[in-house]
Amino acid sequence: MNTAPLILIALTTLATAAVAMAGRNLIHSALLLVASWAGIAAFYLWAAAEFVAFAQILIYVGGVSMVVLFAVLLTRNSRAELAISTDSFSRAIAALLAGGAVFGILVGAILRTPLTGSTRSPAAFNVRTLGLELMGTHAAALLIIGIILTVALLGAVVLAAPEPPEDAP
Amino acid sequence: MNAAPPAADAFLERLPLIARDMLTVWFPEPARWLLNSLLAIAAIIISFATLFSLLTLAERKILGRVQNRPGPNRTGLPFLPFTAGRIFGLGQPFADGIKMLTKEDIVPRAADQFLHFLAPVALLALSILTFAVIPFGRHLVPVELDAGVLYFFAAGAATELAIFMAGWASRNKFALLAAMRALAQLISYELPLLLSIVPVIMLAQSLSPTAIVTAQGTLPHWYVCTPWGFAAFVIFFIAALAESNRSPFDLPEAESELIAGHLTEYSGFKYAIFFMAEYFGMCALSGMGVTLFLGGWQAPFSFLEFIPSYVWFGAKLLTLLLLFIWIRATFPRLRMDQLTRLAWKFLVPLALINLLTAAFWHHSHNWSTPLQLVRWAIAIFLVVSPFLWLGRALTQTFRPRTYRYA
Repeated sequence: MNTAPLILIALTTLATAAVAMAGRNLIHSALLLVASWAGIAAFYLWAAAEFVAFAQILIYVGGVSMVVLFAVLLTRNSRAELAISTDSFSRAIAALLAGGAVFGILVGAILRTPLTGSTRSPAAFNVRTLGLELMGTHAAALLIIGIILTVALLGAVVLAAPEPPEDAP
Repeated sequence: MNAAPPAADAFLERLPLIARDMLTVWFPEPARWLLNSLLAIAAIIISFATLFSLLTLAERKILGRVQNRPGPNRTGLPFLPFTAGRIFGLGQPFADGIKMLTKEDIVPRAADQFLHFLAPVALLALSILTFAVIPFGRHLVPVELDAGVLYFFAAGAATELAIFMAGWASRNKFALLAAMRALAQLISYELPLLLSIVPVIMLAQSLSPTAIVTAQGTLPHWYVCTPWGFAAFVIFFIAALAESNRSPFDLPEAESELIAGHLTEYSGFKYAIFFMAEYFGMCALSGMGVTLFLGGWQAPFSFLEFIPSYVWFGAKLLTLLLLFIWIRATFPRLRMDQLTRLAWKFLVPLALINLLTAAFWHHSHNWSTPLQLVRWAIAIFLVVSPFLWLGRALTQTFRPRTYRYA
Protein backbone atom coordinates (compact mmCIF):
# COMPACT_ATOMS: atom_id res chain seq x y z
CA MET A 1 0.00 0.00 0.00
CA ASN A 2 1.09 3.54 -0.66
CA THR A 3 2.18 5.15 2.60
CA ALA A 4 2.91 8.70 1.40
CA PRO A 5 -0.76 9.83 1.65
CA LEU A 6 -0.98 8.19 5.08
CA ILE A 7 1.98 10.20 6.38
CA LEU A 8 0.55 13.39 4.90
CA ILE A 9 -2.88 12.74 6.43
CA ALA A 10 -1.39 11.84 9.80
CA LEU A 11 0.80 14.96 9.85
CA THR A 12 -2.16 17.19 8.93
CA THR A 13 -4.39 15.60 11.55
CA LEU A 14 -1.77 15.82 14.29
CA ALA A 15 -0.74 19.35 13.32
CA THR A 16 -4.31 20.68 13.37
CA ALA A 17 -4.94 18.95 16.69
CA ALA A 18 -1.74 20.40 18.16
CA VAL A 19 -2.53 23.92 16.97
CA ALA A 20 -6.08 23.52 18.29
CA MET A 21 -4.69 22.69 21.73
CA ALA A 22 -2.17 25.50 21.75
CA GLY A 23 -4.44 28.19 20.29
CA ARG A 24 -5.75 31.08 22.35
CA ASN A 25 -8.97 31.61 20.40
CA LEU A 26 -11.57 29.02 21.34
CA ILE A 27 -13.50 29.26 18.07
CA HIS A 28 -10.34 28.82 16.06
CA SER A 29 -9.48 25.83 18.22
CA ALA A 30 -12.93 24.33 17.64
CA LEU A 31 -12.67 24.82 13.88
CA LEU A 32 -9.20 23.28 13.85
CA LEU A 33 -10.55 20.38 15.85
CA VAL A 34 -13.13 19.90 13.10
CA ALA A 35 -10.31 19.92 10.56
CA SER A 36 -8.60 17.25 12.62
CA TRP A 37 -11.75 15.11 12.57
CA ALA A 38 -11.90 15.55 8.81
CA GLY A 39 -8.32 14.31 8.71
CA ILE A 40 -9.39 11.16 10.54
CA ALA A 41 -12.13 10.73 7.95
CA ALA A 42 -9.47 11.08 5.25
CA PHE A 43 -7.53 8.33 6.99
CA TYR A 44 -10.58 6.05 6.84
CA LEU A 45 -10.90 6.86 3.14
CA TRP A 46 -7.25 5.97 2.65
CA ALA A 47 -7.97 2.64 4.37
CA ALA A 48 -10.85 2.08 1.87
CA ALA A 49 -13.47 2.27 4.64
CA GLU A 50 -15.86 4.56 2.75
CA PHE A 51 -18.82 4.02 5.00
CA VAL A 52 -16.91 4.79 8.20
CA ALA A 53 -15.34 7.86 6.60
CA PHE A 54 -18.67 9.35 5.51
CA ALA A 55 -20.27 8.47 8.84
CA GLN A 56 -17.34 10.22 10.55
CA ILE A 57 -17.94 13.35 8.49
CA LEU A 58 -21.72 13.24 8.92
CA ILE A 59 -21.53 12.79 12.69
CA TYR A 60 -18.38 14.67 13.71
CA VAL A 61 -18.03 17.42 11.12
CA GLY A 62 -21.78 17.87 10.74
CA GLY A 63 -23.13 17.15 14.22
CA VAL A 64 -20.59 17.10 17.04
CA SER A 65 -18.91 20.24 15.72
CA MET A 66 -22.22 22.08 16.11
CA VAL A 67 -22.52 20.89 19.72
CA VAL A 68 -18.98 22.08 20.44
CA LEU A 69 -19.51 25.46 18.77
CA PHE A 70 -22.86 26.05 20.45
CA ALA A 71 -21.35 25.09 23.81
CA VAL A 72 -18.43 27.48 23.28
CA LEU A 73 -20.67 30.37 22.23
CA LEU A 74 -23.29 29.86 24.93
CA THR A 75 -20.94 29.32 27.87
CA ARG A 76 -18.00 31.55 27.10
CA ASN A 77 -17.56 34.63 29.22
CA SER A 78 -17.01 37.99 27.65
CA ARG A 79 -13.25 37.70 27.23
CA ALA A 80 -12.50 36.76 23.65
CA GLU A 81 -9.06 35.41 24.40
CA LEU A 82 -8.55 33.02 27.24
CA ALA A 83 -5.27 32.57 29.02
CA ILE A 84 -4.15 28.98 29.07
CA SER A 85 -3.26 28.00 32.60
CA THR A 86 -4.35 25.46 35.16
CA ASP A 87 -6.53 26.46 38.07
CA SER A 88 -4.39 24.72 40.64
CA PHE A 89 -1.56 22.25 40.93
CA SER A 90 -3.78 19.41 42.17
CA ARG A 91 -6.18 19.83 39.26
CA ALA A 92 -3.30 19.63 36.82
CA ILE A 93 -2.12 16.41 38.49
CA ALA A 94 -5.65 14.98 38.37
CA ALA A 95 -6.01 15.89 34.68
CA LEU A 96 -2.68 14.29 33.88
CA LEU A 97 -3.61 11.15 35.81
CA ALA A 98 -7.02 10.82 34.10
CA GLY A 99 -5.56 11.47 30.66
CA GLY A 100 -2.70 9.07 31.28
CA ALA A 101 -5.07 6.37 32.49
CA VAL A 102 -7.25 6.64 29.36
CA PHE A 103 -4.14 6.65 27.18
CA GLY A 104 -2.77 3.62 29.03
CA ILE A 105 -6.01 1.66 28.64
CA LEU A 106 -6.14 2.45 24.92
CA VAL A 107 -2.50 1.53 24.32
CA GLY A 108 -2.93 -1.65 26.35
CA ALA A 109 -5.99 -2.62 24.33
CA ILE A 110 -4.21 -1.92 21.06
CA LEU A 111 -1.10 -3.86 22.08
CA ARG A 112 -3.09 -6.87 23.25
CA THR A 113 -5.20 -7.08 20.09
CA PRO A 114 -3.66 -9.58 17.67
CA LEU A 115 -3.28 -7.46 14.56
CA THR A 116 -2.97 -10.18 11.99
CA GLY A 117 -3.95 -8.84 8.60
CA SER A 118 -7.47 -9.55 7.45
CA THR A 119 -7.83 -12.72 5.44
CA ARG A 120 -10.88 -11.45 3.61
CA SER A 121 -10.41 -9.42 0.46
CA PRO A 122 -11.36 -5.73 0.72
CA ALA A 123 -14.20 -6.29 -1.72
CA ALA A 124 -15.98 -8.44 0.86
CA PHE A 125 -16.24 -5.44 3.18
CA ASN A 126 -18.86 -3.45 1.34
CA VAL A 127 -21.56 -1.46 3.07
CA ARG A 128 -23.96 -4.36 2.89
CA THR A 129 -21.75 -6.79 4.82
CA LEU A 130 -20.91 -4.07 7.30
CA GLY A 131 -24.60 -3.41 7.94
CA LEU A 132 -25.41 -7.10 8.28
CA GLU A 133 -22.51 -7.60 10.69
CA LEU A 134 -23.57 -4.61 12.79
CA MET A 135 -27.22 -5.63 12.88
CA GLY A 136 -26.55 -9.34 13.28
CA THR A 137 -23.38 -10.39 15.07
CA HIS A 138 -22.72 -7.17 16.91
CA ALA A 139 -26.33 -6.09 17.51
CA ALA A 140 -25.90 -6.26 21.29
CA ALA A 141 -22.84 -4.00 21.25
CA LEU A 142 -24.67 -1.54 19.01
CA LEU A 143 -27.67 -1.46 21.35
CA ILE A 144 -25.45 -0.98 24.42
CA ILE A 145 -23.65 1.93 22.75
CA GLY A 146 -27.01 3.45 21.82
CA ILE A 147 -28.27 3.15 25.40
CA ILE A 148 -25.07 4.67 26.82
CA LEU A 149 -25.33 7.60 24.44
CA THR A 150 -29.00 8.11 25.28
CA VAL A 151 -28.18 8.09 28.99
CA ALA A 152 -25.40 10.60 28.41
CA LEU A 153 -27.77 12.82 26.45
CA LEU A 154 -30.44 12.66 29.15
CA GLY A 155 -27.80 13.39 31.79
CA ALA A 156 -26.67 16.43 29.84
CA VAL A 157 -30.28 17.67 29.62
CA VAL A 158 -30.76 17.16 33.37
CA LEU A 159 -27.51 18.98 34.15
CA ALA A 160 -28.25 21.84 31.79
CA ALA A 161 -31.93 22.32 32.66
CA PRO A 162 -32.50 25.50 34.65
CA GLU A 163 -33.49 25.12 38.30
CA PRO A 164 -37.14 26.05 38.81
CA PRO A 165 -37.54 29.03 41.12
CA GLU A 166 -38.34 28.30 44.78
CA ASP A 167 -41.84 29.74 44.67
CA ALA A 168 -42.84 28.00 41.47
CA PRO A 169 -46.26 26.36 41.69
CA MET B 1 -33.02 -3.41 -14.47
CA ASN B 2 -35.76 -2.74 -17.00
CA ALA B 3 -33.32 -1.15 -19.36
CA ALA B 4 -33.09 -3.19 -22.51
CA PRO B 5 -29.55 -3.38 -23.89
CA PRO B 6 -30.40 -1.36 -27.04
CA ALA B 7 -31.55 1.60 -24.94
CA ALA B 8 -28.29 1.62 -23.03
CA ASP B 9 -26.24 1.54 -26.22
CA ALA B 10 -28.21 4.02 -28.28
CA PHE B 11 -26.18 6.76 -29.91
CA LEU B 12 -27.82 9.65 -28.05
CA GLU B 13 -27.46 7.77 -24.78
CA ARG B 14 -23.74 7.37 -25.31
CA LEU B 15 -23.24 10.82 -26.85
CA PRO B 16 -21.54 12.40 -23.78
CA LEU B 17 -19.17 9.45 -23.52
CA ILE B 18 -18.36 9.61 -27.24
CA ALA B 19 -17.70 13.34 -27.01
CA ARG B 20 -15.46 12.77 -24.00
CA ASP B 21 -13.51 10.02 -25.72
CA MET B 22 -13.02 12.18 -28.81
CA LEU B 23 -11.34 14.74 -26.57
CA THR B 24 -9.25 12.40 -24.45
CA VAL B 25 -8.04 10.22 -27.32
CA TRP B 26 -5.41 12.88 -28.07
CA PHE B 27 -3.73 12.32 -24.73
CA PRO B 28 -1.55 9.41 -23.59
CA GLU B 29 -3.26 6.53 -21.84
CA PRO B 30 -1.90 7.14 -18.28
CA ALA B 31 -3.34 10.68 -18.18
CA ARG B 32 -6.78 9.70 -19.44
CA TRP B 33 -8.45 8.83 -16.13
CA LEU B 34 -7.36 12.17 -14.70
CA LEU B 35 -8.62 13.95 -17.80
CA ASN B 36 -11.93 12.09 -17.66
CA SER B 37 -12.45 13.20 -14.07
CA LEU B 38 -11.49 16.78 -14.89
CA LEU B 39 -13.91 16.81 -17.82
CA ALA B 40 -16.70 15.50 -15.59
CA ILE B 41 -15.96 18.22 -13.01
CA ALA B 42 -15.87 20.90 -15.69
CA ALA B 43 -19.14 19.66 -17.20
CA ILE B 44 -20.88 19.69 -13.82
CA ILE B 45 -19.63 23.15 -12.88
CA ILE B 46 -20.39 24.69 -16.28
CA SER B 47 -23.84 23.18 -16.62
CA PHE B 48 -24.93 24.01 -13.08
CA ALA B 49 -23.45 27.51 -13.19
CA THR B 50 -25.47 28.10 -16.37
CA LEU B 51 -28.51 26.59 -14.72
CA PHE B 52 -27.92 28.88 -11.73
CA SER B 53 -27.83 32.02 -13.84
CA LEU B 54 -30.90 31.03 -15.84
CA LEU B 55 -32.70 29.92 -12.68
CA THR B 56 -32.27 33.33 -11.04
CA LEU B 57 -33.82 34.89 -14.13
CA ALA B 58 -36.62 32.32 -14.27
CA GLU B 59 -37.32 32.84 -10.59
CA ARG B 60 -37.58 36.59 -10.97
CA LYS B 61 -39.76 36.27 -14.06
CA ILE B 62 -42.09 33.71 -12.47
CA LEU B 63 -42.34 35.63 -9.20
CA GLY B 64 -43.08 38.72 -11.24
CA ARG B 65 -45.83 37.01 -13.19
CA VAL B 66 -47.35 35.59 -10.00
CA GLN B 67 -47.37 39.09 -8.51
CA ASN B 68 -48.84 40.56 -11.71
CA ARG B 69 -45.76 42.45 -12.92
CA PRO B 70 -43.49 41.67 -15.86
CA GLY B 71 -40.24 40.97 -14.01
CA PRO B 72 -36.83 41.80 -15.56
CA ASN B 73 -37.37 42.36 -19.29
CA ARG B 74 -35.05 45.21 -20.31
CA THR B 75 -31.61 43.64 -20.57
CA GLY B 76 -30.58 42.43 -23.99
CA LEU B 77 -28.05 39.78 -24.73
CA PRO B 78 -24.55 41.29 -24.78
CA PHE B 79 -23.60 40.02 -28.23
CA LEU B 80 -26.77 41.21 -29.92
CA PRO B 81 -27.70 44.78 -30.81
CA PHE B 82 -29.07 46.23 -27.60
CA THR B 83 -32.32 47.57 -28.96
CA ALA B 84 -33.36 44.46 -30.81
CA GLY B 85 -32.03 41.82 -28.44
CA ARG B 86 -34.36 42.15 -25.46
CA ILE B 87 -35.37 38.51 -25.52
CA PHE B 88 -37.37 38.24 -22.30
CA GLY B 89 -34.55 39.98 -20.46
CA LEU B 90 -32.26 37.04 -21.12
CA GLY B 91 -29.21 39.20 -20.58
CA GLN B 92 -30.12 39.85 -16.96
CA PRO B 93 -27.84 37.13 -15.48
CA PHE B 94 -24.85 38.56 -17.38
CA ALA B 95 -25.62 42.04 -16.11
CA ASP B 96 -26.01 40.70 -12.58
CA GLY B 97 -22.71 38.85 -12.84
CA ILE B 98 -20.83 41.93 -14.04
CA LYS B 99 -22.43 44.00 -11.30
CA MET B 100 -21.43 41.50 -8.62
CA LEU B 101 -17.87 41.19 -9.95
CA THR B 102 -17.26 44.93 -10.09
CA LYS B 103 -18.77 45.76 -6.70
CA GLU B 104 -16.40 46.66 -3.90
CA ASP B 105 -15.60 43.79 -1.57
CA ILE B 106 -15.91 45.26 1.93
CA VAL B 107 -14.51 43.35 4.89
CA PRO B 108 -15.18 44.81 8.34
CA ARG B 109 -12.00 45.89 10.09
CA ALA B 110 -12.76 43.82 13.18
CA ALA B 111 -13.67 40.73 11.19
CA ASP B 112 -11.61 37.56 11.24
CA GLN B 113 -10.11 38.11 7.80
CA PHE B 114 -9.22 34.51 7.03
CA LEU B 115 -12.48 32.90 8.16
CA HIS B 116 -14.48 35.70 6.55
CA PHE B 117 -12.83 34.76 3.28
CA LEU B 118 -12.97 31.01 3.89
CA ALA B 119 -16.70 30.80 4.66
CA PRO B 120 -18.12 31.44 1.15
CA VAL B 121 -15.37 29.36 -0.46
CA ALA B 122 -16.03 26.40 1.85
CA LEU B 123 -19.78 26.68 1.36
CA LEU B 124 -19.50 26.69 -2.43
CA ALA B 125 -16.93 23.89 -2.47
CA LEU B 126 -19.04 21.67 -0.23
CA SER B 127 -22.21 22.27 -2.20
CA ILE B 128 -20.42 21.42 -5.46
CA LEU B 129 -19.04 18.26 -3.83
CA THR B 130 -22.58 16.94 -3.39
CA PHE B 131 -23.04 16.71 -7.18
CA ALA B 132 -20.37 14.04 -7.39
CA VAL B 133 -22.59 11.06 -6.62
CA ILE B 134 -25.83 12.03 -8.38
CA PRO B 135 -26.49 9.76 -11.39
CA PHE B 136 -27.31 12.30 -14.10
CA GLY B 137 -27.84 9.61 -16.70
CA ARG B 138 -27.39 5.96 -17.46
CA HIS B 139 -23.68 6.44 -18.19
CA LEU B 140 -23.28 9.74 -16.40
CA VAL B 141 -22.35 9.02 -12.80
CA PRO B 142 -19.38 11.21 -11.88
CA VAL B 143 -18.25 9.00 -8.97
CA GLU B 144 -19.63 5.53 -8.41
CA LEU B 145 -19.67 5.08 -4.64
CA ASP B 146 -21.01 2.19 -2.61
CA ALA B 147 -22.17 4.58 0.11
CA GLY B 148 -23.11 7.43 -2.23
CA VAL B 149 -26.23 8.55 -0.39
CA LEU B 150 -24.27 8.78 2.85
CA TYR B 151 -21.56 10.78 1.06
CA PHE B 152 -24.18 13.20 -0.26
CA PHE B 153 -25.63 13.93 3.15
CA ALA B 154 -22.20 14.04 4.82
CA ALA B 155 -21.07 16.74 2.41
CA GLY B 156 -24.39 18.54 2.88
CA ALA B 157 -24.10 18.46 6.67
CA ALA B 158 -20.66 20.03 6.52
CA THR B 159 -22.10 23.21 4.96
CA GLU B 160 -23.49 24.15 8.38
CA LEU B 161 -19.94 24.79 9.48
CA ALA B 162 -19.46 27.32 6.68
CA ILE B 163 -22.58 29.21 7.76
CA PHE B 164 -21.29 29.35 11.31
CA MET B 165 -17.95 30.63 10.02
CA ALA B 166 -19.70 33.35 8.03
CA GLY B 167 -21.71 34.50 11.03
CA TRP B 168 -18.89 34.39 13.54
CA ALA B 169 -16.12 35.81 11.37
CA SER B 170 -18.16 38.93 10.56
CA ARG B 171 -17.73 40.14 14.16
CA ASN B 172 -21.26 41.47 14.06
CA LYS B 173 -23.79 40.43 16.68
CA PHE B 174 -26.68 40.34 14.23
CA ALA B 175 -24.73 38.14 11.85
CA LEU B 176 -23.76 35.81 14.69
CA LEU B 177 -27.31 35.57 16.05
CA ALA B 178 -28.66 34.93 12.56
CA ALA B 179 -26.04 32.24 12.00
CA MET B 180 -27.13 30.52 15.22
CA ARG B 181 -30.75 30.69 14.08
CA ALA B 182 -29.79 29.32 10.69
CA LEU B 183 -27.91 26.47 12.37
CA ALA B 184 -30.86 25.70 14.62
CA GLN B 185 -33.06 25.46 11.54
CA LEU B 186 -30.58 23.35 9.57
CA ILE B 187 -30.05 20.92 12.46
CA SER B 188 -33.80 20.63 13.08
CA TYR B 189 -34.57 19.78 9.48
CA GLU B 190 -31.57 17.50 9.01
CA LEU B 191 -33.45 14.93 11.07
CA PRO B 192 -36.65 14.63 8.97
CA LEU B 193 -34.51 14.85 5.83
CA LEU B 194 -32.42 11.86 6.85
CA LEU B 195 -35.34 9.93 8.33
CA SER B 196 -37.39 10.36 5.16
CA ILE B 197 -34.74 8.73 2.99
CA VAL B 198 -34.17 5.75 5.30
CA PRO B 199 -37.23 3.84 3.92
CA VAL B 200 -35.85 4.21 0.38
CA ILE B 201 -32.54 2.74 1.48
CA MET B 202 -34.36 -0.03 3.35
CA LEU B 203 -36.49 -0.99 0.35
CA ALA B 204 -33.76 -0.63 -2.27
CA GLN B 205 -31.35 -2.40 0.12
CA SER B 206 -28.53 -0.21 -1.05
CA LEU B 207 -26.81 3.09 -0.31
CA SER B 208 -25.66 3.47 -3.88
CA PRO B 209 -27.67 6.03 -5.91
CA THR B 210 -27.25 4.01 -9.10
CA ALA B 211 -28.65 0.88 -7.47
CA ILE B 212 -31.57 2.87 -6.08
CA VAL B 213 -32.37 4.23 -9.54
CA THR B 214 -32.21 0.83 -11.22
CA ALA B 215 -34.36 -0.67 -8.45
CA GLN B 216 -37.19 1.67 -9.44
CA GLY B 217 -37.72 1.02 -13.14
CA THR B 218 -40.49 2.73 -15.06
CA LEU B 219 -43.37 4.82 -13.76
CA PRO B 220 -45.61 2.62 -11.59
CA HIS B 221 -42.53 1.31 -9.76
CA TRP B 222 -41.13 4.69 -8.79
CA TYR B 223 -40.97 4.99 -5.03
CA VAL B 224 -43.16 8.07 -5.08
CA CYS B 225 -46.04 5.87 -6.29
CA THR B 226 -46.20 3.87 -3.07
CA PRO B 227 -47.92 5.14 0.10
CA TRP B 228 -44.73 5.26 2.15
CA GLY B 229 -42.79 6.67 -0.79
CA PHE B 230 -45.28 9.48 -1.31
CA ALA B 231 -45.20 10.41 2.39
CA ALA B 232 -41.41 10.21 2.45
CA PHE B 233 -41.17 12.35 -0.69
CA VAL B 234 -43.39 15.06 0.80
CA ILE B 235 -41.37 15.07 4.04
CA PHE B 236 -38.14 15.07 2.05
CA PHE B 237 -39.31 17.97 -0.07
CA ILE B 238 -40.38 20.09 2.91
CA ALA B 239 -37.10 19.36 4.68
CA ALA B 240 -35.20 20.14 1.47
CA LEU B 241 -36.96 23.52 1.28
CA ALA B 242 -35.79 24.24 4.83
CA GLU B 243 -32.28 22.90 4.27
CA SER B 244 -31.71 25.10 1.26
CA ASN B 245 -33.06 28.21 3.03
CA ARG B 246 -35.89 28.57 0.57
CA SER B 247 -39.16 30.32 1.20
CA PRO B 248 -41.30 29.64 3.28
CA PHE B 249 -38.30 28.64 5.44
CA ASP B 250 -36.01 31.52 4.47
CA LEU B 251 -35.79 32.90 8.00
CA PRO B 252 -31.98 32.83 8.13
CA GLU B 253 -31.91 35.73 5.71
CA ALA B 254 -35.42 37.06 5.49
CA GLU B 255 -34.53 39.94 3.23
CA SER B 256 -37.66 41.94 3.96
CA GLU B 257 -37.44 41.69 7.77
CA LEU B 258 -33.90 40.95 8.87
CA ILE B 259 -31.03 42.74 7.22
CA ALA B 260 -29.63 39.65 5.59
CA GLY B 261 -28.87 37.29 8.43
CA HIS B 262 -25.38 35.87 8.39
CA LEU B 263 -24.74 37.59 5.05
CA THR B 264 -24.96 41.07 6.60
CA GLU B 265 -21.24 41.81 6.34
CA TYR B 266 -20.74 40.27 2.91
CA SER B 267 -20.69 42.28 -0.27
CA GLY B 268 -19.65 41.99 -3.86
CA PHE B 269 -18.83 38.62 -5.28
CA LYS B 270 -18.67 36.87 -1.90
CA TYR B 271 -22.35 37.66 -1.48
CA ALA B 272 -22.99 36.25 -4.95
CA ILE B 273 -21.08 33.10 -3.99
CA PHE B 274 -23.43 32.56 -1.06
CA PHE B 275 -26.36 32.76 -3.44
CA MET B 276 -24.68 30.46 -5.90
CA ALA B 277 -24.11 27.95 -3.11
CA GLU B 278 -27.76 28.22 -2.08
CA TYR B 279 -28.91 27.48 -5.62
CA PHE B 280 -26.38 24.67 -5.99
CA GLY B 281 -27.65 23.16 -2.76
CA MET B 282 -31.20 23.44 -4.06
CA CYS B 283 -30.22 21.74 -7.34
CA ALA B 284 -28.32 19.00 -5.53
CA LEU B 285 -31.17 18.26 -3.13
CA SER B 286 -33.64 18.24 -6.03
CA GLY B 287 -31.34 15.90 -7.91
CA MET B 288 -31.17 13.60 -4.90
CA GLY B 289 -34.98 13.76 -4.60
CA VAL B 290 -35.31 12.79 -8.26
CA THR B 291 -32.85 9.95 -7.74
CA LEU B 292 -34.45 8.59 -4.59
CA PHE B 293 -38.15 9.00 -5.33
CA LEU B 294 -38.82 9.91 -8.96
CA GLY B 295 -36.94 7.12 -10.69
CA GLY B 296 -33.77 9.09 -11.38
CA TRP B 297 -32.87 9.03 -15.07
CA GLN B 298 -35.45 6.35 -15.93
CA ALA B 299 -38.08 7.18 -18.54
CA PRO B 300 -41.65 7.02 -17.22
CA PHE B 301 -42.67 4.47 -19.86
CA SER B 302 -40.48 2.01 -21.68
CA PHE B 303 -41.62 3.20 -25.13
CA LEU B 304 -40.21 6.64 -24.25
CA GLU B 305 -36.72 5.26 -23.73
CA PHE B 306 -35.57 6.60 -27.10
CA ILE B 307 -35.22 9.95 -25.33
CA PRO B 308 -31.82 9.81 -23.61
CA SER B 309 -31.74 9.31 -19.87
CA TYR B 310 -30.00 12.59 -19.04
CA VAL B 311 -32.86 14.47 -20.70
CA TRP B 312 -35.32 12.72 -18.40
CA PHE B 313 -33.18 13.55 -15.40
CA GLY B 314 -32.99 17.19 -16.47
CA ALA B 315 -36.74 17.38 -17.02
CA LYS B 316 -37.49 15.96 -13.57
CA LEU B 317 -34.88 18.23 -11.99
CA LEU B 318 -36.38 21.31 -13.64
CA THR B 319 -39.87 20.27 -12.53
CA LEU B 320 -38.74 20.10 -8.91
CA LEU B 321 -36.89 23.43 -9.19
CA LEU B 322 -39.97 25.12 -10.63
CA LEU B 323 -41.93 23.64 -7.74
CA PHE B 324 -39.45 25.34 -5.38
CA ILE B 325 -40.09 28.68 -7.10
CA TRP B 326 -43.84 28.16 -7.17
CA ILE B 327 -43.85 27.46 -3.43
CA ARG B 328 -41.80 30.60 -2.84
CA ALA B 329 -44.44 32.62 -4.64
CA THR B 330 -47.31 31.01 -2.76
CA PHE B 331 -46.57 30.54 0.93
CA PRO B 332 -45.91 33.21 3.55
CA ARG B 333 -42.82 32.88 5.70
CA LEU B 334 -43.03 30.86 8.91
CA ARG B 335 -42.23 32.22 12.35
CA MET B 336 -39.28 30.71 14.23
CA ASP B 337 -41.47 28.80 16.72
CA GLN B 338 -43.72 27.52 13.92
CA LEU B 339 -40.63 26.42 12.05
CA THR B 340 -39.19 24.32 14.88
CA ARG B 341 -42.59 23.00 15.89
CA LEU B 342 -43.23 21.80 12.34
CA ALA B 343 -39.93 19.94 12.34
CA TRP B 344 -39.93 18.33 15.77
CA LYS B 345 -43.60 17.77 16.47
CA PHE B 346 -44.88 16.98 13.00
CA LEU B 347 -42.28 15.90 10.45
CA VAL B 348 -40.06 13.79 12.73
CA PRO B 349 -42.92 11.68 14.18
CA LEU B 350 -44.44 11.24 10.72
CA ALA B 351 -41.08 10.17 9.32
CA LEU B 352 -40.65 7.67 12.16
CA ILE B 353 -44.11 6.21 11.56
CA ASN B 354 -43.26 6.09 7.87
CA LEU B 355 -40.40 3.73 8.72
CA LEU B 356 -42.97 1.28 10.09
CA THR B 357 -45.13 1.70 6.99
CA ALA B 358 -42.14 0.95 4.78
CA ALA B 359 -41.30 -2.11 6.89
CA PHE B 360 -44.88 -3.36 6.52
CA TRP B 361 -44.73 -2.69 2.77
CA HIS B 362 -41.49 -4.62 2.49
CA HIS B 363 -42.76 -7.65 4.40
CA SER B 364 -46.09 -7.84 2.54
CA HIS B 365 -44.66 -7.71 -0.99
CA ASN B 366 -45.51 -11.34 -1.75
CA TRP B 367 -49.15 -11.19 -0.72
CA SER B 368 -51.56 -12.63 -3.28
CA THR B 369 -53.34 -10.38 -5.76
CA PRO B 370 -56.63 -9.83 -3.86
CA LEU B 371 -54.66 -9.17 -0.71
CA GLN B 372 -52.75 -6.44 -2.53
CA LEU B 373 -55.81 -4.21 -2.12
CA VAL B 374 -55.72 -4.86 1.63
CA ARG B 375 -52.00 -4.10 1.59
CA TRP B 376 -52.59 -0.76 -0.12
CA ALA B 377 -55.45 0.07 2.24
CA ILE B 378 -53.39 -0.69 5.35
CA ALA B 379 -50.40 1.27 4.05
CA ILE B 380 -52.51 4.27 3.10
CA PHE B 381 -54.19 4.13 6.50
CA LEU B 382 -50.76 4.02 8.19
CA VAL B 383 -49.75 7.13 6.27
CA VAL B 384 -52.94 9.18 6.39
CA SER B 385 -54.21 8.59 9.92
CA PRO B 386 -51.10 9.83 11.80
CA PHE B 387 -51.04 12.83 9.48
CA LEU B 388 -54.65 13.72 10.25
CA TRP B 389 -54.37 12.92 13.95
CA LEU B 390 -51.14 14.87 14.50
CA GLY B 391 -52.34 17.73 12.35
CA ARG B 392 -55.58 18.02 14.32
CA ALA B 393 -53.76 17.77 17.65
CA LEU B 394 -51.30 20.48 16.73
CA THR B 395 -53.81 22.93 15.29
CA GLN B 396 -56.51 22.39 17.93
CA THR B 397 -55.71 25.58 19.80
CA PHE B 398 -55.70 27.72 16.67
CA ARG B 399 -58.66 30.01 16.14
CA PRO B 400 -59.29 32.57 13.43
CA ARG B 401 -57.30 35.65 14.31
CA THR B 402 -59.24 38.41 16.01
CA TYR B 403 -58.06 41.97 15.64
CA ARG B 404 -58.63 43.54 19.02
CA TYR B 405 -56.82 46.79 18.38
CA ALA B 406 -57.80 47.32 14.78
